This record gives sequence, structure tokens and C-alpha cells, in this order.
Amino acid sequence: MTGPVRARGPRARTPWPLLVPALAGLAFLVLPLAGLLARAPWATLPERLAEPRVLEALRLSLVTATIATAVCLLLGVPLAWLLARTTLPGRRLLRALVTVPLVLPPVVGGVALLLVLGRRGLAGQWLYDAFGVSLPFTTTGVVVAEAFVAMPFLVIAVEGALRAADQRYEEAAATLGASRWTVFRRVTLPMVAPGVLAGAVLCWARALGEFGATITFAGNFPGRTQTMPLAVYLALETDPDAAIVLSLVLLAVSVIVLAGLRDRWVGAA
Amino acid sequence: MLRRLSLAAVLASVLSLAACGSSSSDTAASASGSGAAKSLTVFAAASLTETFTELGRQFESTHSGTKVTFNFGSSATLAQQITQGAPAGVFAAASPATMKTVTDAGLASAPTVFVKNTLQIAVPQDNPAKVESLKDLTDPKVKVALCAEQVPCGAAATKALDAAGLKVTPVTLEQDVKATLTKVRLGEVDAALVYRTDVIASGGKVKGIDFPEAEQAVNDYPIAVLTKAPAPDLAKQFVDLVLSQQGRDVLTKAGFQAP
Amino acid sequence: MSMEAHLVVERPAFRLDVELRAAAGEVVALLGPNGAGKTTALRGLAGLTALSGGRVELDGAEVHHLPPERRRIGVVFQDYLLFPHLSALDNVAFGPRCQGLGKAAARRVAAELLDRVGLAGHADVRPGRLSGGQAQRVALARALAVRPRLLLLDEPLAALDAHTRLVIRAELRRHLADFDGATILVTHDALDAMVLAHRLVVIENGAVVQTGTPSEIARHPRTDYVARLVGLNLYRGEADGNHVVVGDVRFSSAERLTGPAFVAFPPSAVALYRTRPDGSPRNLWQAVIDGIERHGDNVRVHLHGPIPLLADVTPAAAADLDLTPGRQVWAAVKATETHAYPA
Repeated sequence: MTGPVRARGPRARTPWPLLVPALAGLAFLVLPLAGLLARAPWATLPERLAEPRVLEALRLSLVTATIATAVCLLLGVPLAWLLARTTLPGRRLLRALVTVPLVLPPVVGGVALLLVLGRRGLAGQWLYDAFGVSLPFTTTGVVVAEAFVAMPFLVIAVEGALRAADQRYEEAAATLGASRWTVFRRVTLPMVAPGVLAGAVLCWARALGEFGATITFAGNFPGRTQTMPLAVYLALETDPDAAIVLSLVLLAVSVIVLAGLRDRWVGAA
Repeated sequence: MLRRLSLAAVLASVLSLAACGSSSSDTAASASGSGAAKSLTVFAAASLTETFTELGRQFESTHSGTKVTFNFGSSATLAQQITQGAPAGVFAAASPATMKTVTDAGLASAPTVFVKNTLQIAVPQDNPAKVESLKDLTDPKVKVALCAEQVPCGAAATKALDAAGLKVTPVTLEQDVKATLTKVRLGEVDAALVYRTDVIASGGKVKGIDFPEAEQAVNDYPIAVLTKAPAPDLAKQFVDLVLSQQGRDVLTKAGFQAP
Repeated sequence: MSMEAHLVVERPAFRLDVELRAAAGEVVALLGPNGAGKTTALRGLAGLTALSGGRVELDGAEVHHLPPERRRIGVVFQDYLLFPHLSALDNVAFGPRCQGLGKAAARRVAAELLDRVGLAGHADVRPGRLSGGQAQRVALARALAVRPRLLLLDEPLAALDAHTRLVIRAELRRHLADFDGATILVTHDALDAMVLAHRLVVIENGAVVQTGTPSEIARHPRTDYVARLVGLNLYRGEADGNHVVVGDVRFSSAERLTGPAFVAFPPSAVALYRTRPDGSPRNLWQAVIDGIERHGDNVRVHLHGPIPLLADVTPAAAADLDLTPGRQVWAAVKATETHAYPA
């Protein structure tokens, strides 16, 4: 290397051992998208988009992914708190178990869900006999499958945020008379809010793209359980162009939503 | 310094591979097709995996020194690979329509239907909904799984139901026949329409029920020697084996029916 | 409202065992070097650190079995710990809200307190935009807002720059005078303790080594740490009548004592000479210079000899004496400024 280089701008200060792999990584992530764009049937795009089938699948995807994220928040944040803030015996094992849905092939996850929540499953049988409720092949089933696969993303993000947060603020709140629940609600949660949001975004994105567990557990029926990824997969069988269009729609919507949310947070911060 | 440079080189080559990855299946196919004349490549529908593997073993034992290589997959994908120049010797498709795309391209002529596959009603072993006929599937209390129309078993199911004038509202349209069978096996649905061969392949885990309307949705399997076959003689001999009594025995044992 | 406590906290390689008392309206400073256990004692009082033994009583009622949120003990933490997501007003209103006040009522209480600490104009500001002194005031207001029975201050001025410290110290003194409960103030700064507290409790290595009013402690230190803190030379020796013998040095003092005794005198009471002075003052011995440094307007000389010694001399005297490390000098201590007291 030669002597010190005068910095001319932010880029000049970026060390190349970081810059080169960073750009390579970016290209690696973006190139497949470019491939989709290059092959997209632009001429027939408008009429394909107007198909009620597409809009129906898109609506279902957005609704289920959002509800699944809400479910993950409701269950996952307390779980993350438990993992981060208590000294349960076997916590290490518990944390490993939480990541199981990450490792499990989603289709296997779907089968596992069927074995537990299916009409003849361990818990599902009881649900069916007692209440006549059967989750498979319902929109609720889609939410269940998506939440199962996406929850680890939220739990891991929130647990990390909780561990990084300064617990002395919680002590300060306690000296001011706050019960543990109030401390959690008014101090802990607002302080780890960025981590919760990041986790929720990951969770939502994962739920939106969920395929394997969904089609295995909830099946595929237009308007009820056929989300965009399922529609894309089936379109690939007979009409690859349609599959590309559906994929682009899914991509565009998720990018718009995520970019919109990010701007809002940055603006608020 | 050297190490860092080589790392960058590796990254660059990975990227260029990723950029032209779509051609990789073609290269794989040509590699198996080229070489000595004593080698035969057969492209066959995925539902023929077990039977054709067995027939390939038999073929190799009577043609010593010959190696039969199979490429099993969805018929549509295989047809696409052939029209894009994959040097295969034989193509066995699960539907006349996919074979037609190959013959239309002038890459095969005079295909022969060697077997047909018919639908059965698959029910769980204990048949909880007491399904006995196709009409029973119209009962709203009976949960039915069908294949999606985009895949062959779904198209056949639609055809059979249309022919019978019945309207079935399934709870799910599965992405392939295996997924449909899984739902039956786990008891999540009371019945499904699948191929007789799939019921037999499930090894007794589900029960198959024949129904007369299945005759209206018979799926023909055509086979043909490809015009650009690298070893046309071997290809012809393999097709002959499939059409022979010996070949038929293997196929019918698996649930296929003679045409 | 009074406080009485016996705090025992046992940890591997550390044991805190101190008794503390504070009457209503009294400010007690807990003084000690780093690691002495001051903050642990404070946390024990607040309920943030579990006690291994002992008790905490407020107005005669035991509270040590209560969780922190039910003790009504206000704490001002060293780095204030203002909630970063709440405005100054809502930080102060936090406690009253937890005590069951409605949002509007809690904010009224908070606004009044912010006004009292002179920050009425900063109600809507987030802690991140407050200066150190402002944050300290908000923290005090927040602790007072729960109308605590006991107020705990952990190094309340340590995070402030010298000038702000001066201002806030004076303010704090005023606010503490207005507070009718007991106050415990943890500090390692003698001046803060002397200015703010009615009584000092010095702890070292987890135990109380000395208690007393600031003037008692300043005059009669009983450990090296306290002596250093109040800027005195301190020796332990044996008294017989008007003399205290410390090693090879024999001090005359005004007090008559017998038995083990302390001798203390300020560095300014020491005079240094190149040669043995005439008229032979008492309390005279030979010492060697270790080093010199500026100390206020004077020069502080560190010496060793029969006993270690600090001496303050004027810059002019220092120049005349040609003080350099290693030089031997005569040291004399004025008997009138030497205090002897029983050890």
C-alpha cells in the first residue's frame, strides 16, 4: 500500500476490503430480481394484473401476513422477554427450540402442524371434537402456518434488543412505583421499540413469502388459502409468464410497504 | 494481499455463475447424452420413475455394456428441455399434449400410447365419510382434496367430474399428487381424486375406490424415439421393451393399465 | 420521617455490613472510596439489591421485604437514567402516574416540580436534548414527585463539569433543606459531603469506619482515607501527657492524653528549612523530598523520613529552599495547629 490517501468523500473513506464484497453481495441479491424484470411479459402486464385471481391472492397474502405478524408480536415479544429477562432452567435449550422453525424445511413444518393441529392431530382432534373447529384449509390455517414459520425472526430480534437494553432504566421505573407490568409497558417496550419493529418487518416479509408450510397445512384454494406464493408456484406449472408477473407484484408491494414504513420511522426518530 | 485478491476473484466467479445459471440444466443433459454409442438417455415423466428404473435395469442386463441414463421430471419441463436441444434418445410423456409440443417441433414422430392411467378415489384406511362413489364427494360434509387444475391429475379430475355432471367443492387444490395423498393419509380430508398408480405406490396407506366415470378421464402415456437420438437403434430397442409383454407386466403391476 | 437500617450484602470476596440512621429532614452523606460498598448500600435501601441480612425501617415500619415499587423511596441515579422516550414533563409525571394519578393530574404535579427546579420552560424537551445540569434537576424532580419517605442520591454531582457542579450543589442544598423526609447521599467527594450533609458516614471495605458531623470529621479524621479526603496529615501513636510518640517523632500537643492516640495537622502547619532552625521549635525532624506539585496558590511537598508527610509552602519559600526531589530538609510542625485525640 502507498502512503496516506487524501479522502475526497465518503466513498474514498470506505476501505476496499469492505466495499468489494459489499457490492458483490448487493449484486448477488439484486441480480435475480433483474432477471425477473428482464423476462417479464411487459406487453400483457396490465391485463394480467387486472385479473381478479391476482388481486384476490394479493389481498389474501397481505391480510394473512399482517395478521400473522400481529400474532407473532402478541406471543413473540413476551417469549423474547422470558428468554432475555428470566433465569428459567434450560433456557439455552429453550432458545434453541425457538429457532426450530428456521431450520425445519417449511413443508416439514406444515406436516408437523397437521400432526398437531390437524383434524386428527394431537390438539386438533380435541379442537374438532369439542368446538367443531378445524384449522387446515382455512384462512386461519394460513395465518397459523405463516406465524409458525415467521415467529423466530421476531423472537430473535426482540430478544437481542432486550439484552442490549440498559436494565437500570427498569430499576429506575421500579423506584418510581411502577409494577413489573407497567415497567414493561411504559419503559422496556418503548426502549426496545426499534428492535421490535425490525423484528416485525422481518416477520412480515417472511410471512408474505411463506409457501411450504402454508400449502401443506392450509392447502390451496383461491380466495381462502391461495396466497401469492402459492399462486406463483401453480402458475409456474403451466404459464411461467404469469408466475413472473405474480412474483413482481409481490415484490413491488413488499418493497413499497417496507420502504414506506422505513421512511416513516426515520422521519419520526 | 494475495489472499484478498483471490477471494475477490472467487466472488467474481460466483457472481458470473449466478448470472448464467439458467443454462446449467442443458449442460448436464448433454453430458449424459454424449459419449460412447453404448449409452442411452431416456427422458420420462416423474410418475414413471419406479417402473422405468426397473425396465432400465432389465434393458442393461440384456444389452451388456449399455448404460441407460434417466432424466425424470415434469413432462412439461422435459418437453421444454428437448425442444431446447437436449440430446435425449427417448421421450415418455404423461400426456399427449406435452408429447405434441415435441412432435410439433419435428423432434419426434409417430408416438405410441404405451399405458394409460386412470383416477381412483383415495380415502383414508378407515374411510370415515363412508365414500363409495364419485357422487358421495358432492356431499358438503365430505372434505375433498383435488389436484390443482394446472397439474395433470387436477385436469383429469375436472374432466371426470364434468363428464359425470357432478359439482364438487374441494377444500384444497393441491400442488401435486403426492401432497394430495398426504392429506388423505393424515386424515385431513375424507377423499381425494388421484391416479390409481399413486394409490398403489402409497403402499396400502390409503384405500383406492374405482368409479365408472374414471373412463372419461383416462390419461394416455405416449412414448417416442426422438429424431435426433444419438443412438437411434438403442432408443428403438428400449421403446420395444416398454411395449413388449415384459414391459407391460412391470407397468401394470404398478397400477398402469394397457391402452 | 426517619430511617433506620442495617444492611448486610454478601458476595464472593466482598461483604457489606453497615448500620445507617437518618432522622426526618436530616441529610446523611455516605462517603467512601471506590468499591467501598456505597452504591451497594444505596441499592439495598431502595430494594434493587437483595439483602443477605439486616433490615430497613421507615418510621419504624419494616420495608425490606417489599419490592422497590412499594417502598416509596426516591432515587436520583448517578447518570440520572431519565427515560429517553419521554419528555422531561412525562419523566417527572411517571411516578405520580404509577401512584394512580390521572394523566392530567400527574402532569400538573410534574409541571409544578419542574417549575421548582427552574425548568418550567423545558417541559417538552426529551432528555437527549437536556444539558447535564438540566438532566440532574429533572432527575431530582422525578424522584421528589413520588413524595418519597426517603430520598437517595447516588453521586448526584459526579457527572457535571466544575462550574455546573458549583451551581447545582448550591441548588441541591436548597432543595434538600425543603425536603421533610430523610436523605442519604452517596459521594466520594468530600466537599459535596461537607456542603450538603448534616452528618457523614464513612465506609471502607464494606464497613463503617467513622461517623460524625462534617466539622468533627474534618478536624479528627480516623483513617488515612478520611485524612486525605479532608487534607490533613494523620498519624497513629502513643500518648503520654502532652506528647504523642509516632515512631521516632515526638509531637507536642495542646491536649493531654494517654494511650493510643491520633495526631492530625494540616500541610500548611509544616515549615521546611535547609538547615536546622535556630530557637529549636518542637516537633522537628529530618525528611527527604519525594516530589513537589502545585496546590492552589501554594506548593505541596511530598516528603518521607521517619514518617510520611505533606507540607504546603509558598512559591517564594519553595524558590528560596531550592526544593528538588532527593534533597534533605528539616521539617517542623507548629504545636498550636496539631490536634491529638484518642484512637
